[in-house]
Amino acid sequence: MGLDFSVVPGYFGVLLQGMAWTVAITLGAGILSFFGGIIFAVAALYAPWFIRLPMRLFAWLFMGTPLLLQLFLIYFGLIQIGIDLPAFVAGIIGLGLHFAVYNSELIQSSILAVDKGQYEGARTLGLSRGQTLRQIIIPQAVHAVIPPMGNNMIALLKDSALVSVIGVMELTLAAQQSISRTYRPFEFYIAAAFCYYIINLALEAGLRRLERRIAASR
Amino acid sequence: MSALLVLARKTISKGPNMDIDLILRVYPFFIEAAWVTIELSVLTTILGLTCGALGAAARLSRNVVLRAIGAVYVSVFRGTPALIQLFILYFGGPQIGINLDAFDAGVIGLGVNIGAYMTETMRGAIISVNKGQTEAARTLGMSRWETMRKVVLPQAMRMMIRPLGVNINALIKGTALVAAISVVELTYTAQRYIGSTYKPFEMFLLSGVLYMVIIYIVGHGISWLDRKARIV
Repeated sequence: MGLDFSVVPGYFGVLLQGMAWTVAITLGAGILSFFGGIIFAVAALYAPWFIRLPMRLFAWLFMGTPLLLQLFLIYFGLIQIGIDLPAFVAGIIGLGLHFAVYNSELIQSSILAVDKGQYEGARTLGLSRGQTLRQIIIPQAVHAVIPPMGNNMIALLKDSALVSVIGVMELTLAAQQSISRTYRPFEFYIAAAFCYYIINLALEAGLRRLERRIAASR
Repeated sequence: MSALLVLARKTISKGPNMDIDLILRVYPFFIEAAWVTIELSVLTTILGLTCGALGAAARLSRNVVLRAIGAVYVSVFRGTPALIQLFILYFGGPQIGINLDAFDAGVIGLGVNIGAYMTETMRGAIISVNKGQTEAARTLGMSRWETMRKVVLPQAMRMMIRPLGVNINALIKGTALVAAISVVELTYTAQRYIGSTYKPFEMFLLSGVLYMVIIYIVGHGISWLDRKARIV
């Protein structure tokens, strides 16, 4: 069976729709992982031990096991505890939590690296502990780790392909469905790879612009 | 496949009580699967390091064509999902005359993929060696190759142990992807038992602990290597 890429344009709409879902999942999970990362980082550093300890365990579990396994756990596990979520939402939660843990590690070390004088200065000026954290420390800490968090976002885009396994209709599954109708895996997976590559380039360009703007604002 | 999973999901019993008996009953299958994961990890690491070394050599070469090939390799394999690369090789391969069984396709797909990341790790370590070292060695009359082999690489290799360790850590977790092409390793086993027992937490815990044991041991091995290789 030779190669015949002429079948691909006929499924252009299907792939495009898949691309849109991939972008939506990446954005949703990206936003969740950003804010989740901040919350996890603050909790890991400042919460009382009975919150800190389980969170440490949670982070440890999420960093030591494969994402695919976590997606199975979330998709099937939420049902077990009585929460019935559509695959799309479970996928976003799974990806978002996974990368929130990684972002949290970055933000934690960044918070600890913020100059102590900043904290003391803010407290001296009469800001409360919470205000100091929210308005002085966290903005600086987050700014400093935008580039590595951008790398996590790129990893997230590529890992979003995994949610096809729990049945989310994104780019990878769109390619699979086209294949089940045409029996042309090579052509459609190449097409899907091409689509991912384009989204990846766009995301990288966007992140570079963001980094430049942050550098300029300093 | 996913239709089956959806069906299985509908019948999951509700209630979060841990089933220890079940864990004790099925754990031997998970141990067996863990060995497959280890085997996959070792072979993938060997292939990845090989691809990484070749890729780094190409990217640092004086030959424009080799440099371009290295750059395209890194960009394409890091720019697309590993899962898609695996699918192209395993499902698309037969169309262009490449017939591999799932395990071999897994090793080759993952190895070439992680090789692209290792290329950048190795290249980064090599170019971070002080330029003065190269200049001094060249001035002393060493050839380019001698300089690389006797001066630059011994220093660069010490620096790349830790970042390569990060790559290997990602690779071990990445072996879970081959579950999608039905290689019976840890994640596939967990998935299968979730489907047949409807106990996701237990199965996650069982396979998760095994993954963490593997990663913990490898992590300590890397730290040990790193300490041994340090000069001061």
